[in-house]
Amino acid sequence: MIFTIAGKELRSMFASPLAWVVLAFLQFVLALIFLKQIDGFLMVQAQLARTPNAPGLTEIAIVPMFGVASMVLLMSVPLLTMRLISEERRNQTMALLMSAPVSMTQIVLGKYLAMVVFLLLINLLISLMALSVLAGGAIDSGLLVANLVGLFLLGCSFAAIGLFISCLTTHPVVAAVLSLAVFLGLWIINIAASDPESWLHLLSLLKHFEGFMNGSIAVTDLIYFGLLTVTFIILSIRRLDSDRLHA
Amino acid sequence: MSNTASHEVTLAATGLSRRYGTNLAVDDVSLELRRGEIVGLLGPNGAGKTTTMKMITGNLAPSAGSVNVCGIDLIERPTAAKARIGYLPEVPPLYKDLRVDEYLRLAGRLHKVKKTELGRAVDRAKLRSGLSDMGRRLIGSLSKGYQQRVGIAQAIIHDPDVVILDEPTVGLDPNQIREIRSLIRELGNEHSVILSTHILPEVEAICDRVQILHRGKVVFADAISGLHQFRGGHSLQVSLRRPPPHEDLASAVAPARAEKLRDGVFRVMSQPGQDPTDQLVRTCVEHDWGLFQLSPAQASVEEVFVHLTRQDNAEPNEAESTAGADQSTETTT
Repeated sequence: MIFTIAGKELRSMFASPLAWVVLAFLQFVLALIFLKQIDGFLMVQAQLARTPNAPGLTEIAIVPMFGVASMVLLMSVPLLTMRLISEERRNQTMALLMSAPVSMTQIVLGKYLAMVVFLLLINLLISLMALSVLAGGAIDSGLLVANLVGLFLLGCSFAAIGLFISCLTTHPVVAAVLSLAVFLGLWIINIAASDPESWLHLLSLLKHFEGFMNGSIAVTDLIYFGLLTVTFIILSIRRLDSDRLHA
Repeated sequence: MSNTASHEVTLAATGLSRRYGTNLAVDDVSLELRRGEIVGLLGPNGAGKTTTMKMITGNLAPSAGSVNVCGIDLIERPTAAKARIGYLPEVPPLYKDLRVDEYLRLAGRLHKVKKTELGRAVDRAKLRSGLSDMGRRLIGSLSKGYQQRVGIAQAIIHDPDVVILDEPTVGLDPNQIREIRSLIRELGNEHSVILSTHILPEVEAICDRVQILHRGKVVFADAISGLHQFRGGHSLQVSLRRPPPHEDLASAVAPARAEKLRDGVFRVMSQPGQDPTDQLVRTCVEHDWGLFQLSPAQASVEEVFVHLTRQDNAEPNEAESTAGADQSTETTT
């Protein structure tokens, strides 16, 4: 049942040009960064060969690509999650799901799964671009995997928060703007703290994502993203249930 | 036709109530439906028809009361109960960017139709709702009437025991209304159907039984024949070329009552069991009143309907509160 809902969601996602535009835009920006970084690497290659412990091609060309990808996700996930629930409310199609023998949990998980599949697709495209380096050089596969995992978890957290915000309103645009605001807030919340030991750093998405970009998969980061995702999925389910009870 | 079907109870709702804040939208509504029966849920705007239907279909949790579908409690086992209900809400829940076939397959799978039977279920639902040639069309490009049919097809795709249709003929042209009505009558042969409407002749045309809701309460629940009796005998409309004064006609048809509608047109109402027709015709001829039209009065459901709502207003101890409620219904509708 979850897969039926996810399938329907993906179908309508790709029936509108939005998903394609997001994917194309992402590929275009990433390719630009990637080429520029590789160009830079080739220019300094001779010097790098002489210095001990110099950064490799992966650090110079691929890691910045993930940095940009995370920003593109921050901007594009709200556009994809905005319509998940709010548009069904707006078009009054929610009744089809509500009166079908499907639980709220299944509805929410189905919708979320569709977003996860989309994020996996993005990750696949990025890793293909990174792997193209193999045509003429070596790659630090550990670093690449850490970056992919980080980007995926980041996207999953965005999707869960976006899904919840979509449950709150009947206007997709309001959901998108609100999601973007929340993402940005969580991204840079640590700026507010002057003390480097402040607990605000624990909340910052950027701080946790940086760990993955440096090539380390830390348990605390995994827990952070996991908690964020699970919390907002549960909140979404509860929010939809309360619709039935109190609306 | 419906009498030949087994009289097993398919849906029983008892004591349903629903509160919105302090406003009691539905108050202690009970409803029972047997297989092969079409029940009309009637009421003015804001009477609580849609809220009742939402509660029966599990779209809304009741504040009090229970719903039982074929012996399964909707609140305890929602998914099992929902599998036996087909629901067409007031606004059909259509995904405009899907094709009819895609949409119906989706609806079928959501309603747990087996994969091997899905194709057949879709074909059957399309056939019954007159959509056989429309499978490839985008729902968004269909006319309102066809969209309504897709909504009905969606509600019957899993062959439910109970079909619930919320104002299925609103916004359709007369031909489409006739088609949808005959479809509903056909559905009533195998399924139980609840139909909400505020179009009165519609109920008379297709329903076996009627429940009239007013301000969240059931004010009338009986078979259509009971509705005719409730009206209190016959009603005739008489048109005269040379009408006498009102009192003359009234005394001529006594004990039936006569009421002047407009110049030369009267309505004659009699108690059940009495037929004033003969007496009326004879008197008209004797006095040379120029009788040129004599017809049974239309809109009998309307009379009951108006009668019930008026009666409610006339209750003196409730007069004040009803006046307040009247204003609120006017502003909300």
